Amino acid sequence: MKLVIVDTGCANISSVYFAFKRLGVEASISRDAKAIKSADKVLLPGVGTAHNAMAQLQQAELIGTLQQLQQPLLGICLGMQLLTAHSMEGDVACLNLIPSEVLPMQSAGLRLPHMGWNTLHRISSHPLLRGFSDTDYVYFVHSFAVAPDQYSLAQCHYGNDFAAVIGKDNVAGAQFHPERSGKTGARLLQNFLEWQL
Amino acid sequence: MLAKRLIPCLDVRDGKVVKGVQFRNHEVIGDIVPLAQRYAQAGADELVFYDITASSDGRVVDKSWVRRIAEVIDIPFCVAGGIKSVADAGKILEMGADKISVNSPALARPELINELNHSFGQQCVVIGIDSFFDVASGQYQVYQFTGDESRTQKTRWLTRDWVSEVLSRGAGEIVLNCMNQDGVRQGYDIAQLKSIRDICTVPLIASGGAGTMQHFTEVFDKADVDGALAASVFHKGIIEIAELKAKLIAEGISIRP
Repeated sequence: MKLVIVDTGCANISSVYFAFKRLGVEASISRDAKAIKSADKVLLPGVGTAHNAMAQLQQAELIGTLQQLQQPLLGICLGMQLLTAHSMEGDVACLNLIPSEVLPMQSAGLRLPHMGWNTLHRISSHPLLRGFSDTDYVYFVHSFAVAPDQYSLAQCHYGNDFAAVIGKDNVAGAQFHPERSGKTGARLLQNFLEWQL
Repeated sequence: MLAKRLIPCLDVRDGKVVKGVQFRNHEVIGDIVPLAQRYAQAGADELVFYDITASSDGRVVDKSWVRRIAEVIDIPFCVAGGIKSVADAGKILEMGADKISVNSPALARPELINELNHSFGQQCVVIGIDSFFDVASGQYQVYQFTGDESRTQKTRWLTRDWVSEVLSRGAGEIVLNCMNQDGVRQGYDIAQLKSIRDICTVPLIASGGAGTMQHFTEVFDKADVDGALAASVFHKGIIEIAELKAKLIAEGISIRP
């Protein structure tokens, strides 16, 4: 298994690397297009702002590479938001691998950022979500989110429903941090490792 | 439903976890990594590590333990102590911390909050506030350099004003440590937390005073805080996290089992 974590220059790369290491997989962290293209699985991490992260990907000339991947690609948190068409955070065009849009959270007056452990519902039968139930808690930290649409694989509720996991073809993303979501998060990462297209 | 968080706080001095009473007389509790691991396994929702010597010493502190923690635990953790610049914060986040918490350096240079927000996003920027109730004036005042008793000093800020200031500069979470209560296990300062809750638009974490399981019920019920931080009751095994969680769930408080 050749797993590459895209070096976005963002902050949670070590946490993601260690989370896979706990599952027995030594990932490489790279911004080299060739290494990314030849990986079995690609992970796009991200913490920070969509604008900065897209600028980083552009500077590393990785946008085309990521858009053309055929193998499973998983985005985490901001990395998931980058998979969509557009983010209102900085009004920036994203990778457009999943035609959803990232909007400021509509939390109905609840405090933002949405920070802490929350449950999932409307969990699809996608291979990434094997073994998940609506009593599992995962850890979120974000102020922007994807509204539920046909690409939602699981939802979460905070004032309103939003997409907690999205997916289309070989691409999927989790709004929460599986690397910091205890055993439930580890299950998502394990499912990703086992995901066959 | 978003769960209320239980947050063991580990005060770190020279790479060891210590605990003092009202910020004094620190005793060594144990090594950082095994303690962190034990708490993660016991059901802690998050961990905070305060390097209590860093700000008061003015020295660059070896934070390599951050990476060792990130390797073993699978819950979020925050690191505090001596983070004076975007570069300091960047190193800690890079080593695997999820958030950084700033206290004295933000008082010395409030623009730091804006800079951290801009560089890493609001969600990583936690502001710790040490607040002391001054009986003579009847007001809550902000203190700094509380890691070292001989250097602890009152600032020009009233707590409410400082809370408003840090929010306007882009803080993503506030940990309010009520110093009168710290380490004495007489309960959280509900009155103060309630008054800050009213003006705090981001997650608010209560700190200082937890002594019994009932204190956690009270702080969630009465002050509507997002999380409750505690140290000695967990370190000394006075309260088991699993038992506390079961009680809070039975009382209808939203808690991750």
